[in-house]
Amino acid sequence: MGNERLTGRPLCAYKEGMSQPNFCELDVLDLVPFGQSGKESRFFALRLTRPDWHIWQPGQFVMLRPDNFGLDLPWARPFGICHMTARHMICFFQVRGRGTQRMSRLRAGDRVRAWGPLGQGFVMEPDSPTLLLAGGMGIVPFVGYVNLHPKPWNVSMLFGHREHISCYPVDSINEHVPVDSLREQQSGDLDNFIYTIQERMRDLAEQQGLVLACGPTPFMRTVQTFAAELGVRCQLSLENRMACGVGACLGCVARTSSSWPDPHKRDSPVQVCTHGPVFWADHVVL
Amino acid sequence: MDLSLTLKGQVCDLHLKNPVLTASGTFGYGLEFSTFGDLATLGGLVVKGLSLKPRQGNAVPRIVETTAGMLNAVGLQNDGVEVFCTEKLPRLPWRDTAIIANIYAASVEEFAALAARLDGEEGVAALEVNVSCPNVKAGGALFGQDAHLAAAVTSAVRAAAPHKHIMVKLSPNVTDIALIARSVEDAGADSISCINTLLGMAVNLSTRRPALANVVGGLSGPAIKPVALRCVWQVAQAVSVPVVGLGGILSAEDALEFLLVGASAVQVGTGNFLRPDCAFALAAELPAACERLGITDVTAFRGSLQWDTAC
Repeated sequence: MGNERLTGRPLCAYKEGMSQPNFCELDVLDLVPFGQSGKESRFFALRLTRPDWHIWQPGQFVMLRPDNFGLDLPWARPFGICHMTARHMICFFQVRGRGTQRMSRLRAGDRVRAWGPLGQGFVMEPDSPTLLLAGGMGIVPFVGYVNLHPKPWNVSMLFGHREHISCYPVDSINEHVPVDSLREQQSGDLDNFIYTIQERMRDLAEQQGLVLACGPTPFMRTVQTFAAELGVRCQLSLENRMACGVGACLGCVARTSSSWPDPHKRDSPVQVCTHGPVFWADHVVL
Repeated sequence: MDLSLTLKGQVCDLHLKNPVLTASGTFGYGLEFSTFGDLATLGGLVVKGLSLKPRQGNAVPRIVETTAGMLNAVGLQNDGVEVFCTEKLPRLPWRDTAIIANIYAASVEEFAALAARLDGEEGVAALEVNVSCPNVKAGGALFGQDAHLAAAVTSAVRAAAPHKHIMVKLSPNVTDIALIARSVEDAGADSISCINTLLGMAVNLSTRRPALANVVGGLSGPAIKPVALRCVWQVAQAVSVPVVGLGGILSAEDALEFLLVGASAVQVGTGNFLRPDCAFALAAELPAACERLGITDVTAFRGSLQWDTAC
């Protein structure tokens, strides 16, 4: 259990531009538990057969609806794409509710309906010093990001987490880029993490670099505040409850700021699934 | 098998290439789903509810999954009728499939203004009137829960849009849906669609708060199909105008059940969230489902339900 590397030859080089999402039925190849051995796992890497997508961007997501949801769980669930290789797609999840509970019982050969790739991914600027800030499960999209980055020596990561480090796919990242991790276990740890975020972002600001963040909302608010104070370019990946993933149900909206590019959509609700999940930090109100 | 049909209205007919439409609020403006199927293969699509001015909608959480269904209280966020007409409609395949504009307003006058604006739009085949909304001038009473108010909206829309087929979408949250149906038929509706969502609620025991920011919301999905079937059956017996059934339809067999109890056509709503090709797949499978069930004449099959005891 745990520390398995989610590796393999990337499906394709990173490309800018939108891909057309499609709908397909995928088979479960395996479900790998992560975490300390001897404990019941709540963290899993779900490996699926490869969907027929031509391009995708780290930060994009996929809607998954396993057949074992039956009719009682009508919604698919959105998952940030962890990694994609020529043979498979990997999603990584933590058991949090009814859907992920049922997904933790998937076995090889089970069928999952999938639609994607959805939304806007992270920008990739090979020559810019890039700091990845991950909080807990926010580490997931960065697995694909560091795998596809053509100049990983320009990238580093700061990772804050509460569960044991073996619960997260860290090894798949630190074989490409250096990862500093901080575990929140006692009072003071969080303050230390916040201080470290600020210092690292200050360094990036001086280098005119790029900061990309994914994690819980309070963490994102902190990053957003520092980005504004330090004047560093920063993108945030938001997570909201979704039913459709394609912009129709209007359940996942976030509020735009007065800096939103389209003047008609400023200070307005916009769909996280299609306008995001990755936004420039100054474009949204958290 | 030719499944095309004409909803014969009192003033305007609506021709559909097949009886499968998509339900308002679940299919965006159609364009959101155009990568999952060919919109032109649908009988029609009912777009997200339009208001005269853009609306921002309710606070989040706006949606919550429930057993075999979902609650929504989106609050009719939309870009407004002008943006629809100038930016969305020209991109829709309106020559190949019926585009039905769902309209929503807070007063009879506003309904009439919306209808008048859409009457001249060549690409709009019909208006679906959402009467499940509060009448601001009447203290917030829902138009659709009062036979007189529902009739007033229907006749105002009818008069303002003389060139369009007028479909009135009824709420199931009433004591006698047949009464409301007769009332809107008398007021000039060309057809009736039912049902809109059932008013519901979900709570979180840990936070001791409602699951929706709006506290209450509309229940949809397979959980409501028996209620929808009952309503369609009652309405179809009460009126002469065509009835369009919706509520929990996921499969061709579900659609045929609605036809059996008297619907002329159906709408697929929450099913689009279970799989984004749901409506496309349903339309494609309908002929084979008819064949499996020995239905050779769909017109004769419509409303052919037999029952023993009077209700």
